[in-house]
Amino acid sequence: MTKYILKRLLLLIPTILGIITIVFFMMSLAPGDPARLALGARATPEAVAELRHEWGLDQPLTTQYLVYLKHVTALDFGKSLKTQEPVISEILARFPATIELSIVAIIISTVFGILAGVISASKQYSALDYGAMFGALVGVSMPVFWLALILIMVFSVNLNLFPTGGRMGIRLIFSPITHFYLLDGLIYFFRTGSMKYFLSALHHIILPAIALGTVPLAIIARVTRSSMLEVLRQDYIRTARSKGLAERVVIYKHALKNAFLPVITVIGIEFGFNLAGAVLTEEIFSWPGLGRWLFSAMNARDIPAIQGGVMVIAIVFVVINLAVDVLYTLLNPKIRY
Amino acid sequence: MSTIEQTADTRQSRLENSLLYENWLLLRKNKSAMLGLFIIVIFILVAVFAPLLATHDPIAQNIDLRLSRPMENGYILGSDDFGRDLYSRIIYGARISLMIGTITVSIGLVFGVFLGLIAGYYGGVFDILIMRLIDIMLAFPYILLALVIVATLGPSLRNAMIAIGIVGIPRYARIVRSSVLAEKESDYIIVERSLGASNFELMFKSILPNCLSPIIVQATLGYAGAILSSAALSFLGMGTQPPTPEWGLMLSSAKQFVASAWWVVTFPGVAILISVLGFNLFGDGLRDVLDPRLKE
Repeated sequence: MTKYILKRLLLLIPTILGIITIVFFMMSLAPGDPARLALGARATPEAVAELRHEWGLDQPLTTQYLVYLKHVTALDFGKSLKTQEPVISEILARFPATIELSIVAIIISTVFGILAGVISASKQYSALDYGAMFGALVGVSMPVFWLALILIMVFSVNLNLFPTGGRMGIRLIFSPITHFYLLDGLIYFFRTGSMKYFLSALHHIILPAIALGTVPLAIIARVTRSSMLEVLRQDYIRTARSKGLAERVVIYKHALKNAFLPVITVIGIEFGFNLAGAVLTEEIFSWPGLGRWLFSAMNARDIPAIQGGVMVIAIVFVVINLAVDVLYTLLNPKIRY
Repeated sequence: MSTIEQTADTRQSRLENSLLYENWLLLRKNKSAMLGLFIIVIFILVAVFAPLLATHDPIAQNIDLRLSRPMENGYILGSDDFGRDLYSRIIYGARISLMIGTITVSIGLVFGVFLGLIAGYYGGVFDILIMRLIDIMLAFPYILLALVIVATLGPSLRNAMIAIGIVGIPRYARIVRSSVLAEKESDYIIVERSLGASNFELMFKSILPNCLSPIIVQATLGYAGAILSSAALSFLGMGTQPPTPEWGLMLSSAKQFVASAWWVVTFPGVAILISVLGFNLFGDGLRDVLDPRLKE
């Protein structure tokens, strides 16, 4: 087992190197001179040349690449052209918002996805089953950004139930501790006895989490259903039924436990996609996370920020996928090393 | 040609026909696949006959009648913030989406099939190099990879199509590679090789036709993905540029009207949803019929 994990970890190295290489060269090919962009159109050619020299942009591309590689291994992604802050600290400041949103979204999609999948499988070919599976297909066919707009239109604007964006009520004076606002809200509750911070954070996260969680929900429901159907055909389920166990016990205790393995894999993969693909949801709900920050960096052609952001997201995505694979082998009794 | 050969030939073609026919019969029994096919046919007809179906010029503005409600001032689905007919824009949008789907799926298909064939057929260094590249591409979440490519090339419809096409390559390459690995040691390939068939003939004339089922399924589902991704890129301002009547772009400008004009927010999204649903329904049904192994 340790050997398998070590092997997979070693295989991560060429993948990550590949990611860094591709992102570096793509961004270097992008039109526009970063020094000129940083100094503005009115800067003298001498000033631009000086900055190019300072940043090493007058060096051959391969030298630039090696220097960049050296810095990246020390987690130094350079400074953002827009804010002059180190890219890594900008990323770290925004990541908690994205992680928090992704966690809430994946909880919603897991709970309802598994529920829908189990009900569908236990009532196969019923109207409920057809309805749930058609609903799941609609879920995967829906543009996330459109769903987000509809949610805002219905629940924020017309029914006035939820805020249209942001992470916390603007009138609440609040200095984040962990930058996970739900957690911070709880800490405030224990310190001051007031739930208002937690409730406000919860209130703000629900709509974006539903928007981000709908596609994973639909996928989890489909996988749960097919995995359950597979398991329900097994002999030991027939045995369980024939010895007179209640159908509920058979389904939830005997079948679901064994049908869970592929579902866990899907949950993990979808969580990785959520962390990385929240650009649209974050943009619409003004959620100050990594995706929204990266997107504004793309619009500003802030090359160090784009390189750093894309690399971090891709690396996190690869690591999560690896963790899912390892978890799968750990949980699957049929695989032993 | 002798009579015996002729009979063998007709028998062969009858067999092919019956296989096709058999699959079609299976597919016809699948109600959701038929619903999907129906949606796809309507979608294609709308795209082809857009000029006949549209009631207005899709980019003609009429500022006096901006944001008319549905069925008001002769606008079936209302008008947008420039007083353009929403219905006609959605109709013309089907053309853009069909074009984007076709071009991006073709890009993914051509390069993916080629890379997959080479990797699977030749193996060795080719296989390792190609599959490492595919792994690295898959290390990027697809919307992010598409965004990075467009950010590098610059936002436009053409570049968005290139980006979505490239992002699709890994899936086709993987499918083709694994089918090739399964086929290349089959008896008929060994026989053909011993009869002197060239590598090119074996790859493209013998192996490829036998790998078609999963490719067709993936291409159908690829249309759905392409329509969604291109709408997302346009929504972010990274794809189609105004005033083109593209569905995602229409939603992008509708953002500011969530409080005042529900129709500009709702209808373009419904168009995306229905067309994507059509390809997903048909793709799922095709997979059940053509490739039972891939069934979820």
